[in-house]
Amino acid sequence: MIKNILNLGDAALYCDFGSDVNQEINSNVIKYFYYIKKLNLKGITNLTPSYNKLIISYDLNIHSFLSLKKKIENIEIKENNKLEKNLIEIPVCCDNNFALDIKRVENKLKLKSEIILEKFFSKNYFCYMTGFVAGMPFLGDLNQEMRLKRLETPRVKVPKGSVGITEQFCNIYTFETPGGWNILGNTPQNIFDTSNQSNPNLVNPGDTIKFYRITLDQYNEIKR
Amino acid sequence: MKSKDRNYFKILRAGINTTYQDLGRNNLYHIGIPFSGAMDKRNFQLLNSLLQNNYNSPVIEFAYQGPHLKYFGKDIFFCISGNVSFKIITKEGIIDGNSYQCYLLKNGDEVDIRSTNKSVYGYFSINGTFGVDYYWGSCSINTQAQIGPNNGSKFSKDLEIEIIDINNSFNKRKLDYLGSTIENIRVIKGTNYDYFSESSQNKFFKESFKITKLSDRMGMRLEGPKIENIVDPNIKSEGLVKGVIQITSAGDPIIMLSDHGTIGGYPKIATVISADYDRLVQLTPGSNIKFKDVSLEDAETLYKLYQMETNNLISQIK
Repeated sequence: MIKNILNLGDAALYCDFGSDVNQEINSNVIKYFYYIKKLNLKGITNLTPSYNKLIISYDLNIHSFLSLKKKIENIEIKENNKLEKNLIEIPVCCDNNFALDIKRVENKLKLKSEIILEKFFSKNYFCYMTGFVAGMPFLGDLNQEMRLKRLETPRVKVPKGSVGITEQFCNIYTFETPGGWNILGNTPQNIFDTSNQSNPNLVNPGDTIKFYRITLDQYNEIKR
Repeated sequence: MKSKDRNYFKILRAGINTTYQDLGRNNLYHIGIPFSGAMDKRNFQLLNSLLQNNYNSPVIEFAYQGPHLKYFGKDIFFCISGNVSFKIITKEGIIDGNSYQCYLLKNGDEVDIRSTNKSVYGYFSINGTFGVDYYWGSCSINTQAQIGPNNGSKFSKDLEIEIIDINNSFNKRKLDYLGSTIENIRVIKGTNYDYFSESSQNKFFKESFKITKLSDRMGMRLEGPKIENIVDPNIKSEGLVKGVIQITSAGDPIIMLSDHGTIGGYPKIATVISADYDRLVQLTPGSNIKFKDVSLEDAETLYKLYQMETNNLISQIK
C-alpha cells in the first residue's frame, strides 16, 4: 500500500501513499500508523500520519535510512486489520461573536447563513489527521457547494475553540494561534487536554465527528 | 519543607526566553506535539557531563540575555555551557565567569548571565536536580503549546527555582573548549526540490541568505534571493521534521526548529543534516549563511563524526 519510501533529511522516512486526498488512501496511512506504533520499534522517535503520507522519524544512532526502509517495506498488514473508529459529538455555537467569517462565506458561496450552517451541521466528518498545533483535527469532507479558499490575509490570532472551513476540510483551533480558515463558530468543549497525558486528544485520526448546534446560553453553561 | 532546608534560586531578572529543557519528548508528532528539548544538544550534553548529572537531567536554557539568579541554600556548584558572558557576585566581590567551568555558590551569592556572544543559546545547571514536573516524559517547556513546568511559560521575575537534590560527592571539573561555529549549512535536497525553477535551485546553493529577526525556537526565517515556485505554492499538508526548509508563498525559506508545527503545507526544498543542527540554531539574526548539498550517505557519516567529536570532548573533561 506504500507506493514509495524516500528520505526526508537524514533522520526520517517519507512514506508516500499517493497524491490524492480521500478517505481510502488516508485509512491506509492510519492503518500503517497504528500498526507501526504498536510494534514499538526501538529508535523510532516519531510517526506523523497526514492525508496521504506517513513520516517516520528515527534516531540516527540506532537506524540508517536503508536498514529501516527495508524493515518498513517488509511490513504486511492483513486486510482484516480493522481501524478502530469512534463517533464524537461536538457542540458548536454560531453566535455572531463566534462566527467571525460568516459574512465572507455568505458572499463567496452565494448562500444565506442559515443554509450554510444547515449544510455544515447535516454531515458527519472524518478525521484525516491531527497536528500542526497540539490536538488540532483536520476533518472532511465538506459538501461541494461549501468549499472556498482560505482568508487572503491570515488572522494573527484565531480564538481557541474556533471551528473553521477551507476547501474540502474543517478544523477546530485547539489553541489561540495564527490561522487563515473561515470561522463559522466556536466550541466550548476542550479538544486538547494537557492534564490527560495518556489520551490528550478528544479526536484522533480515523474518528468520525458530528457537530451539533447550541445556543449562546448553552455555550456559557458548558463553559462554566 | 521547612524554608531553612530549601535550596533554591530566585529570579531577579528572567532574561529574554528562559525555560527548562531536557532531551525533549518523543512519539507525539501525531497529536501535534513537537520534540522540543534543548536547541543545542551538544552544549546540553556537555553541561550535564561537566556536572556529573544524569544525561537527560533538566537544565535552564536561555537565549541572548540570560537570567540573573540569587541563590539561597547550602553550598552548591553551577556551570554554564555555550559562548556566554556572566558575572558571579559574592560577598568577596564580583568576578567574570568562564563557560565550561564549575563554580561554587554559597547562600546569598548571585549569577548574572549577561549575554550569549555571537550565538543564541546558552545553558545553566547545578550539580543536582531542579524540581520540575514532567509532561509526557519530559520537562521541556514548549511555550507555544503551553506544555511543561511553570504552566508551559518562560521564566518570569521572582520565580523560585527549587533544587530537590544535590550531589554531595561532586568534584569541580572543567573543559577547555571554545565552541564550534559554522557558515555553510549542509543540506539534503527535499521531497519538493523539483517544484522550483532551475535558476532558483542554483541560487539556493550559490547565493547567501540572511537570518532575520523572525527567528525563535519554532523556526528561522531567512531572506535572500526569492525562490521561484513553478509547480504549486502549496502542497497537501504533511508531516515536518526539524531542519526542514520550506519555501513560503512569498518565496522565502523558513527552517523548522525544535518547537515547530508538526504539519505544514509549503513545499520542502531541502533539510538541514543532523550533524549541522546544533550549530545552525546558534546563528544570530543578521548572519549570512550558504547552503551546501550533500548526499544522504555523507550526512549519515557526518553525523557519526559529529557524535564522536562530542564524545571526545566529554572525555576531555577533567
